[in-house]
Amino acid sequence: MNFDLTVIWALIIVVAVFIYVVLDGFDLGLGILFRRFPVGRDRDTAMNSIAPVWDGNETWLVLGGGGLLAAFPLAYALIFSALYAPITAMLLALVFRGVAFEFRWRDPAHRGFWDLAFSGGSLVAALSQGVVLGALLQGIAVQDRAYAGGWWDWLTPFTLITGVSVAIAYALLGATWLVMKAEGRLQQQARAMAWWLGGATLAAIVVVSVATPFLSADYFEKWMRWPGMLAVAPVPVLVALASIAFVRSLKAGHEVAPFLLTLGIFLLCFVGLGISVFPYVVPGAVTIWAAATERSSQVFMLWGTALVLPMILGYTAWSYWVFRGKVSAEGYHA
Amino acid sequence: MFDLPEALLLARIQFAFTVSFHFLFPAITIGLASYLAVLEGLWLKTGREDYMDLFRYWIKIFALVFGMGVVSGIVMSYQFGTNWAVFSDKAGPIIGPLMAYEVLTAFFLEAGFLGVMLFGMQRVGKGLHFTATLMVALGTFVSAFWILSVNSWMHTPAGYAMNAAGQFISAGSWLAIIFNPSFPYRLAHTLLAAYLTTAFIVGGVGAWHLLQDRSNPRARLMFSMAMWMAAIVAPLQIVAGDLHGLNTLEHQPVKVMAMEGHYQSHPEGAPLILFGIPNSAGNRVDYAIQIPKASSLILKHDMNAPLAGLDTVPVADRPPVGIVFWAFRIMVGLGFLMAALGIVSLLARARGKLYDWPWLHRFALMMGPAGLVAVLAGWITTEVGRQPWTIHGLMRTAESASPLAAPAVAASLLAFVVVYFAVFGAGVLYILKLMAKPPALNEGAPPKIPGRAAGTTPAVALRPGAPATD
Ligand code: HDD
Ligand code: HEM
Ligand code: HEM
Repeated sequence: MNFDLTVIWALIIVVAVFIYVVLDGFDLGLGILFRRFPVGRDRDTAMNSIAPVWDGNETWLVLGGGGLLAAFPLAYALIFSALYAPITAMLLALVFRGVAFEFRWRDPAHRGFWDLAFSGGSLVAALSQGVVLGALLQGIAVQDRAYAGGWWDWLTPFTLITGVSVAIAYALLGATWLVMKAEGRLQQQARAMAWWLGGATLAAIVVVSVATPFLSADYFEKWMRWPGMLAVAPVPVLVALASIAFVRSLKAGHEVAPFLLTLGIFLLCFVGLGISVFPYVVPGAVTIWAAATERSSQVFMLWGTALVLPMILGYTAWSYWVFRGKVSAEGYHA
Repeated sequence: MFDLPEALLLARIQFAFTVSFHFLFPAITIGLASYLAVLEGLWLKTGREDYMDLFRYWIKIFALVFGMGVVSGIVMSYQFGTNWAVFSDKAGPIIGPLMAYEVLTAFFLEAGFLGVMLFGMQRVGKGLHFTATLMVALGTFVSAFWILSVNSWMHTPAGYAMNAAGQFISAGSWLAIIFNPSFPYRLAHTLLAAYLTTAFIVGGVGAWHLLQDRSNPRARLMFSMAMWMAAIVAPLQIVAGDLHGLNTLEHQPVKVMAMEGHYQSHPEGAPLILFGIPNSAGNRVDYAIQIPKASSLILKHDMNAPLAGLDTVPVADRPPVGIVFWAFRIMVGLGFLMAALGIVSLLARARGKLYDWPWLHRFALMMGPAGLVAVLAGWITTEVGRQPWTIHGLMRTAESASPLAAPAVAASLLAFVVVYFAVFGAGVLYILKLMAKPPALNEGAPPKIPGRAAGTTPAVALRPGAPATD
C-alpha cells in the first residue's frame, strides 16, 4: 500500500477544523452580536436559534484538538505550548459562554451578567482563535522538538489583525445565520448588520491576504511569483465573485443565500490558507511528515474514523433537520 | 529563562485543580444518566406518573451538571498540549488514538442525542425518546471506557515499543494497550463510584424532603431507590476496591506502600496501620494505631507473608506518602460508611420504617456529598501514588512538562481558580436551589425556558410542518 496516510490525516484534520469554524463560527458570531439585540424577545429568539446545536458544534473543536494530538502529536505539543496565553484565554472564554446558555434562564436576577458572559465569552474566544491562526502563519520557534520562544512571542500587529478579522468574519456568519432563522424586527436588524459586517469582512480578507505573503519568502513565492501565481489566482477571483453575489443576494432580500455565500467565502479563505501552509503543520518549522504519528496509530484511527464519522455526520444533519425553520422566543419543552 | 521546577509545580497544581473540578461533573452525569434511563424505563413499563415526575425533576439538574462537565472537559483536552507538551509528543501515538476514539464514539453520541432527551418527548414519541436517553447514558459509559483506558495505561503501560524519536508507539496489538493490566479494575471501580455518587446525592435529596414532609410519595420513591443502590452497590464497591488494590500491589507496589504507610519492610507479616501521622523525614508513621500482621493478611492472604517497604525504593522514586495515606483512608472510610447506611436502610425497610426514622434521613442527608468526596480522594490516591512518574516507571513527571516560564503558568492557574470558583460556584448554587424544591406532582416540565446547558433547546419551529411530532 503506497498512498500516504499522513496526507489523508492532514486532510481529515483540516476538514474537522473547517467544520468547526463554520459551525461554531456562526454561533460564536451570534454571541458577539448578542448584546446589540434588545433585551427580551429578540435576545431570547437569537439564543434559541443556536441553543439546540452549540454543544455538537463545539465537539468539533474537541475533535480538532484531539485529532491533532492523535495524528500529529508533535504539532499538538508545539502549537499549544507556544500559544499558551491565547489558548488559555479561549478555553476560559468558552467556559463563560457555555454555561450562560443554561444559567441565564436559571437566574433572572443576574440575566444581564450572564448575557455579558455569553457575549464577552464569544468575542474573546473568536479573537483568540484569530490570534492563534495569525501566530501559526507567522511561525513558531522550534528547537529539538520543543518550543523555544517566550510566552508573549505570539503577540504582533499581524496576529492582532487576524484576531480582529476572525471575530468580524464570525460575526458576519452569525448575522447571516439570523437572517435565515429569524423573522420580523430581529431579521431586519441582522440584515442591517450583515451589510456592514460583509464590507468589514472583505476589507479584513484583503488586509490579511496582502500581509501574509510578506511574512515569509515561502508564502511570497507561492502567491506573488510567476508561474505559481497562475495556479493560485482562482482563489482571489472566486472570492471576488462570491462577494458580488453576496451583495446582490442581500439586496434582493434572500434569506438563505447570504449565509451560504458567506460559507463559500470562508471555504475559499480556508483553501487559500491551506495553499500557504502546505506541507507544513507548524509553518516554516515542522512538516506534516515530521510531525506525523506512527503508521500503526494512523491505521488504527482510520478504521474508527471511516466507521463512525459518517454516523456522526448523519445525526448532526438530523439534529439540524429537527430544528429547521424559523425560531421564536418561546422555548420548546418536554 | 525557564524556571522549570517552579513552573512544573504550578503546572501540576493546575492540572490537579482542573481535572478534579472536571471529574466532579462526570461522577454525577454518568450515574444520573443511567438513573434517568431507569426512571423512564419504569415509567414506560408501569405507567406510574411518579416515575415521570422524578425524571423531570432530575433532568433539570442533569442539564446543568452536564453543561459544566462539557466546558470543563474541553479545558482538559487542551491542557495536555499547553502544559504537558513533552508528554503529549512522546505518548501521543498511544494515548492520542484512544482519546480520538473517545471523541468519535462518546462525545458526539452524547451531544447528538442530548437534545432529544431534554426536550424531544413530544417531537419524537416515547420510544425514540427513550432510545435517546439510553444513547446519552451509553455515551457517558463509552467516554469513561476510553479515558480510563488512557489513564490506566499511564499507570500500567503495556503493548508499547519506542521509536527513534523517543516516542511510545504500539508494539502491534492495540488490544494489549486498551486492556492494560489495571484497566478492568479501574473501569469497574470508577463506574461503581459514579453510581454511588449519584445514589447518595439522590438519597440525600430524598431524605431532605422526607424530613420536611414524610408523606411526599415522590420523595419516598427516590429515597427508596437510592437506599437500594446503597445497600447493593456499596458492598460491591468494597470488593472491587479490594481487588483493585491487589492488582495495584502486583503492578505498582510502591503506591501500595505509600497507601499503607509502610516505610519499613516487614519480613514476617506487616501490620495494618489504621491511623497515624506519616513522617517521611523520619521514615516512620508517628502515633500509629495498628493491627499486627493484618496488612499481610489482606494483601497476601497470609499473616506471615513478607511485605517490602519504602526502604527498598530510592528516595527519588517515592511518592509523597502523607497525601496518599490520608486520601486512601478518607475513601475507604467513606466506603464503609456508605455500606453501613445501606445495611441500616435494609433493616429499616424490613421493619417497614424506611420513611419513618428521621435519624436515618439525617444520616442519609449527611452522606449526600460522600460520593463526591470519596471519588476525589480515590483519584488523589491513584494519581499522587503514581508520582514521581507520569507513565509509571518510564517517564517522569518532571520530564513531561512544557518548557514554560513560571509566570505564564502562575497567571493561568490564577485565572482558572478564579473563573472555576465563580462560574461553577454559581452553577452549584443553581443546582442546590433546584434540589431545595420538593419533587411535585406533575413536576414542571422543564420550565418554559429554552436555554439548555449542553445545548439543546428545541425552539419552536413556526413554519407549518416543520417539526415532526409523533
Ligand atoms: C470516568 C469518566 C471521565 C474522566 C476520568 C474524564 N472525563 Fe471528561 N467527560 C466525561 C467522563 C470523564 C463524560 C461523562 O463523558 C462528560 C461529562 C459531562 C459530559 O458532557 O461528558 C465529559 C466531558 C468531557 C469533554 C466535553 C465533551 C463534549 O464536548 O461534549 C471533554 C473534552 C473531556 N471530557 C475530556 C476529558 C479529559 C481530557 C480527561 C482527562 C484528563 C477527562 N475528560 C476525564
Ligand atoms: C478525573 C479524575 C482525575 C483526577 C481527580 C486526577 C487527579 C490528579 C492529581 C491530583 C494529580 C497531581 C498529582 C501530583 O502532582 O502529585 C494528577 C496528575 C496527573 N494526571 Fe490525573 N487525575 C484524573 C484523571 C486523569 C486522567 C483521566 C488522566 C489521563 C488521561 C490523567 C493524567 C494525569 C497527568 C498527565 C498528570 C501529571 C501531572 C502530575 O503528575 O502532576 N489524570 N492527576
Ligand atoms: C472501602 C473500600 C474501598 C477500597 C478498598 C478502595 C480501594 C481503592 C484502591 C486500592 C485504589 C487505588 C488503585 C490504584 O491507584 O491503583 C482506589 C482508587 C479509587 N477509588 Fe476506591 N476503594 C474503596 C472505596 C471507594 C469508594 C466508596 C469510592 C467512591 C464512591 C471510590 C472511588 C475511587 C476512585 C474514583 C479511584 C480512582 C480511580 C481508580 O484508580 O480506580 N473508592 N480505590
